Amino acid sequence: MSAAQKRQTAAFFILGFATMLVVIPIILTMAYVVFKGIGAVNWSFLTEAPRNGMKEGGIFPAIVGTIILIIGTMIFSLPLGVLAAIYLVEYAKDNFFTRLIKLSVVNLSGVPSIVYGLFGFGLFVLFLRLGTSILAGSLTLAIMSLPVIITATKEALESVPASFREISLSLGATKWQTIRNCVLPYSIPGILTGTVLSLSRAAGETAPILFTVAAFYLPRLPHSVFDQAMALSYHLYAIATQVPNIPPKISFATAFVLIALVFLMNLGSIILRARFRKKKLW
Amino acid sequence: MVNEVIIQTIDLNCCFEKNCVLKSLNIDVYKNEILGVIGPANSGKSTFLRALNRLNYLDPSYSQTGEIIFEGKDIGILPDSILRRKIGIVFAMPQVLPVSIFNNVAYGPKVHDVKDKNRLEEIVETSLQKAHLWEEVKDRLDMPAMKLSGGQQQRLCLARTLAVEPDIILYDEPCSGLDPISTAKVEDTMQQLKENYTQILVTNNTKQAARVSGRCAFFLMGDLVEIDDTDTLFTNPRDGRTNDYITGRFG
Repeated sequence: MSAAQKRQTAAFFILGFATMLVVIPIILTMAYVVFKGIGAVNWSFLTEAPRNGMKEGGIFPAIVGTIILIIGTMIFSLPLGVLAAIYLVEYAKDNFFTRLIKLSVVNLSGVPSIVYGLFGFGLFVLFLRLGTSILAGSLTLAIMSLPVIITATKEALESVPASFREISLSLGATKWQTIRNCVLPYSIPGILTGTVLSLSRAAGETAPILFTVAAFYLPRLPHSVFDQAMALSYHLYAIATQVPNIPPKISFATAFVLIALVFLMNLGSIILRARFRKKKLW
Repeated sequence: MVNEVIIQTIDLNCCFEKNCVLKSLNIDVYKNEILGVIGPANSGKSTFLRALNRLNYLDPSYSQTGEIIFEGKDIGILPDSILRRKIGIVFAMPQVLPVSIFNNVAYGPKVHDVKDKNRLEEIVETSLQKAHLWEEVKDRLDMPAMKLSGGQQQRLCLARTLAVEPDIILYDEPCSGLDPISTAKVEDTMQQLKENYTQILVTNNTKQAARVSGRCAFFLMGDLVEIDDTDTLFTNPRDGRTNDYITGRFG
């Protein structure tokens, strides 16, 4: 074996080892949660409210709360994020101010979620008097999701070949017609990916909803968007650390349901993306 | 016969940042002629074309002084969408949209508010016929345009430009990526469009300019060196630099 081939083999080994180092802990974590939790997951666990200080019963209100929060987050963050990204990519002049905004957006996606939680508490719960409510929680999660959605949309828009815009404009289309017909349709897969990633993160976060929406123990469904709600992530935190003598299988089953929910969301986006990919012909 | 000027530039300077690629250009283009524009790379040919329908302004660093008069009026008074509809362009590499053949041609009419389906079908058919592509694609208009051959794609681009009924068609090295047979087809089409359209052909291929154009302009380093009847320019150029270029001594 020549030296170059030896180096190649060594490089492959290191690259493969790095990949395994990333993949194995994920698989082990998932397997552990599934193994420990799946036994407790049954129909009544999914459809009943918790009983007896959460030591018994199901997690139905938490599932519903998380789904409502995801939908609320999407309603507030998706249109706003996509529109902002369109403005930044297609309309904003490239100057110091625009570059500052773009840099800030990227940096905001790295801000710890507890900071968003406190910000949401200050702005929505106290200042805007929304109280601890689904509305305040959704808005807080939406603000946390915005940077990721904007960044993903921005990258999706920028990856559409410049020639598409040129063709459209050269035929006398206006800028908006061009964006609408020749740019947006081809950036939808990228926008979807970014949105689902950020919504998955929102579904699993505890800190942003801690002071803005989450109810510790509320064994019923919320009445309106101004009501508090349970959420899977916070419920898991509560039963795992705050309440003594909870059977571990209930905690693991809750974790399993949360992971399954996020997995289903990602699966949905993969299917949607594949549909749009079929139209992508360049 | 007195030639009617359809578009002219007066002291046109075109610059990107501080780099002026066209310097005080004065040129008249006559109605229904084919004007060939030749010259080596970086001579400002494409910038000249793209100045006429303001595509240069897509580059934020672009600036321009002087006037461009189209049908007696400065093009500055027309909105971009109207100007570009009247002055269409066919780009160097065939650039089709990743949609069907039909929708490529119908795109222009659609953005100009043609909604009636029959009318759209009619426009698509006539445009494809004018571009000599109809016979080859009439049975598969729903096929993705990207599956056509290079020559067919370029004629599709021409059909797409024709579909918005322009007065002037600009060609930016339309045959640079095509084989000789496809090139001949595009050139034939240009000859047949002469009756109804003014055409400006920028090309790196001096022979093509000699074959197709009625008049020809020679650009060098941002200057218009010479413009004359194509026969005169190629057989008896006034400027030594033109002679050097067309005889292949540089460029």
